[in-house]
Amino acid sequence: MTDSLSPILNLPCLIPSLMSNVTLSNITKKVRTVTALDDVSFHIKDGEFFVLLGQTGAGKTTTLRVIAGLEKQDAGNVAFDDEPVNALTPADRDVAFVFQQYSLYPTMSVYDNLAFPLRSPVHRIPETDIKRKIEQVTEILRISHLLDRKTARLSGGEMQRVSIGRAIVRDPRVFLMDEPLSNLDAKLRESLRVELKHLQKTLGKTILYVTHDQIEALTMADRIAVLNKGQIVQEGTADDIYDRPATTFVAQLVGSPRINLFQAHRENGSLVITGSDVRVVTTHALPEAFLLGVRPEDVRLAADGQFPAEVVLAEPLGVETVLHLKSGNQTLIALVPGMSDAKIGDVVKFSIANDKLHFFDTNRKRIQTT
Amino acid sequence: MASFAETGPRRPVVESIRVDKVSPGARTTGAVRAMVVVIVALIMLIPIFVMLATAFKSRPDVSASPPKVFFQPTLEGFLYLFTDRAIIAPGRMAEFQAKADAGAMGFLERLAFDTGQEITGPSAYVGRLTNSLIVAGVSTALSVLLGTLAGYAFSRFNMPGKDDLLFFILSTRMLPAVVVTIPLFLMYRQMGLYDTHLGLILLYTVFNLSFAVWLMKGFFDEIPREYEEAALVDGYSRIQTFLKIVLPQSVSGIAATTVFCLIFAWNEYAFALMMTSERARTAPPSIPSMLGRGGIEWSAIAAGSLLFLIPVVIITFALRKYLLRGVTFGAIRQ
Amino acid sequence: MATIQLKQVEKRFGEAYAVKPLDLTISDGEFIVLLGPSGCGKTTTLRMISGLETVTAGQILLDDKNVTWLHPSARDIAFVFQFYALYPHMSVRDNIAFPLKAQGETKELIDERLKLVVDLLRIGHLLNKRPGGLSGGDKQRVALARALVRRPAAFLMDEPLGALDADLRESMRAEIRELQLRLKATTVYVTHDQIEAMAMGDRIVVMSAAVVQQADTPTQVYYNPANLFVAKFIGSPGMNLVQGNYAEGIVRLPGDNQYPLPPGWQNSITRGENVILGFRPESAHVSPEGMLQGQVYATHMHGSYTMLHLNMEGDNVVHVRADRSQRYPIGANIRFDVDAQMARFFNPQNETALRQHQEQSRMTNDGLAVSNSQSSVSHSQSYE
Repeated sequence: MTDSLSPILNLPCLIPSLMSNVTLSNITKKVRTVTALDDVSFHIKDGEFFVLLGQTGAGKTTTLRVIAGLEKQDAGNVAFDDEPVNALTPADRDVAFVFQQYSLYPTMSVYDNLAFPLRSPVHRIPETDIKRKIEQVTEILRISHLLDRKTARLSGGEMQRVSIGRAIVRDPRVFLMDEPLSNLDAKLRESLRVELKHLQKTLGKTILYVTHDQIEALTMADRIAVLNKGQIVQEGTADDIYDRPATTFVAQLVGSPRINLFQAHRENGSLVITGSDVRVVTTHALPEAFLLGVRPEDVRLAADGQFPAEVVLAEPLGVETVLHLKSGNQTLIALVPGMSDAKIGDVVKFSIANDKLHFFDTNRKRIQTT
Repeated sequence: MASFAETGPRRPVVESIRVDKVSPGARTTGAVRAMVVVIVALIMLIPIFVMLATAFKSRPDVSASPPKVFFQPTLEGFLYLFTDRAIIAPGRMAEFQAKADAGAMGFLERLAFDTGQEITGPSAYVGRLTNSLIVAGVSTALSVLLGTLAGYAFSRFNMPGKDDLLFFILSTRMLPAVVVTIPLFLMYRQMGLYDTHLGLILLYTVFNLSFAVWLMKGFFDEIPREYEEAALVDGYSRIQTFLKIVLPQSVSGIAATTVFCLIFAWNEYAFALMMTSERARTAPPSIPSMLGRGGIEWSAIAAGSLLFLIPVVIITFALRKYLLRGVTFGAIRQ
Repeated sequence: MATIQLKQVEKRFGEAYAVKPLDLTISDGEFIVLLGPSGCGKTTTLRMISGLETVTAGQILLDDKNVTWLHPSARDIAFVFQFYALYPHMSVRDNIAFPLKAQGETKELIDERLKLVVDLLRIGHLLNKRPGGLSGGDKQRVALARALVRRPAAFLMDEPLGALDADLRESMRAEIRELQLRLKATTVYVTHDQIEAMAMGDRIVVMSAAVVQQADTPTQVYYNPANLFVAKFIGSPGMNLVQGNYAEGIVRLPGDNQYPLPPGWQNSITRGENVILGFRPESAHVSPEGMLQGQVYATHMHGSYTMLHLNMEGDNVVHVRADRSQRYPIGANIRFDVDAQMARFFNPQNETALRQHQEQSRMTNDGLAVSNSQSSVSHSQSYE
């Protein structure tokens, strides 16, 4: 498969390829009276896979549309390679947009869809070059057999492959992708994720990828920016975001199942999860009351575990099993590898990985403990 | 894959009784339902049938009581429709009588003799039908063209007072047409638009436009913006995007709008009656005028109505594939 | 609650089968999941049970009563739809009370039942709202309440979580399962999401192309798939499947990899035969002395672990679950082992699973050995 990607690297360059650093500085955007983007700044390096992660309505898509020029910001700057592009129309910005759905023209064949951006009056490319380029791209994406079909007759996965193909044929400076995989079923999503990531690495293209799916963000991104209510909450690598979440919001956004978050307090040099039997000796300097975060995989079941708990629900997922454990008045979620044989009603023992605890203050901000 | 096709339940099913494909009960209800539908459809079609039959009846058959279902078809109605006739002077009746006695009478002469009327020339009906075609065709084309452009603008662009403007457009439909005919008539006479094709075309276009704008806006609203935005990013201008991407997708909407506009312009009676006299008069007001001269020519009226229906029926049929999709557009969501 | 039996139930549209003759017995209080890709016949099956779709042939029994030709309203079952199907013009209270009012129940009884389900689902604060203003999760809770309030003999659910976002789906999944266990409600649940099926079902009925591929517990379906379809469909990612050739106690795999045939399989596979080796990502372990090796094609960080995509040769990419604390650069060669107990083999021709002959080495945790040994007879016959 690595070999099949090489043709595109020595494609005759139809459009001069430029460096593509993208810089957003202090972007603010209001939609009617609501602030959709509030002082958003970030920098995407050339060849980087950058993911904007956030929930519905966080402002991810608006950010993408501002970069594409489909929407105008109220304040702030968008620059490609340090050159402001604020005044340019979408057609002149040389970006490719891959939408969640609905972007293939239903009245055209797959071939015409792929040719459409190349036939644009901006580029003026001879039809023979278009044909050659399309053949190469369709081979890479394994959609050559679909060229004559009407797009309405494609499956979801094929459609999204064609959409990505339509972006690739252009060889744009930046790919902007708006949840391109979210309408596909899980299996397909998984495999296209791998393909897309691999494609990006081999082509060395810059991708800004928007998603609400934390797994997608963790697995694909070189760097992630977490967006909440129009503001960037944290920016960093997948490890940064997962292991050192800046706020409880980020902690809860990444990781499946969700992180366990409890009210906790100090008691004679130990920390105690309020309302449960869980009590951990700690040397960290912590305030009197705080929030304790424990990732489900850091709740470990063991015969010599410290705390007893009752299994309230077991959800075998295959690769791992989710157990809902009741300790005192609190329910903890534990994640154990493989298919667990724990049954509902069983009493089990568990411990908590002391070195993997997350502490948050009452403002839900991370308490640094190093 | 057949070898595991029968991978069954854990507990084997002991007995397995197959039942009839469709139970007798279900079959009867189905048949009853179908019959009811057919009967209702037949009842609905009675007026059409009466019109069709009357158009081909002879004068005595039309007024026969009880009405005749089986009769000798004749083209008398159409003949009356397309001709003007005069009552034969009493003196000349003898001439006809003589010919009749000799048995050397042609079809037209026999008819003239039987009815006491003689054909004097072609009637104005053909001209009126042509007027109808011109006025309805041009005004429909204009309404759809302008409605499509305006509907797209209303659907896609933000402008101050957009909602108010939309309702303002609709206000042209808030008064019954008759209310405005008198002032319009006076204005038209002043401007030299009275009894002209242009006058009627303008009138129908304006009247249909509000409807077309609303309808087309609805259809455009249903087309996801992503298509256009993809094309914009791909290097196309707004107008190119509209022509290449949006229009091909709104064919069914345009078809539905066309049919609705056409039906209105084709059938319109009040304005046509008031604003025209001879030159530009359309078919609808002229059909009832056949009620004159020597009694009511029912078969001629029926024939006129029949011919009048045909163009609309043809167009509706030609567009019905799009029409059905267009009319149900917003109603069905996946 | 009730038992549901399907006897040779089929649905045809002309010549095309939507569901081929299907036998299924659902016991009282059981949570059955119908799982499969879209168009496999799972929804049609559910709709036939509900009566929204008529059967072409066969019988449906509810508590031993033949309901095959009964109107949906006469079957005493509740249906929960993906898009909630709440009446937008009624308040939440009226929506929930609607089925009872339709039956002409007294006001006292309605109030009493309403209070019970509202407490159960914790939606008391929503009662006077209109459905339009509710979040997806709350809408589905109200839809569940409307199904519960009738106390039907069985629940049929058609992808009830399909319209919710991932996070909410996870918590609603646990909520529905807990509720079902508490009420011991016989439930037939349709989904295309294998995670949902695994997490919720007592048994999973895997369907594809109008045919039941396997009907068994999540553990069995996961570790002992009946054929390649099930092996690929269940699990995210699916089972690793590598084509190989068997000779002299060794399965030769692509990229000069050799895997010694685990004990118990010798009689199932003959020399020189092509077989497909199947194993789950968590049944493989990265180790410097591993018997197999592959080149890192991609690594996926999953929070609690890293999923390695190792290319053995050609397009043979396998997934191996690995420790997140280690680094695996793209292109590096990684050695790994596959747990002998967890290795599975498939016949590449008819795509079905091969069975071990010595049953003692099987891992089973319920009484499934019976049905498996039965099928192993028929399968092994075709190989000898």
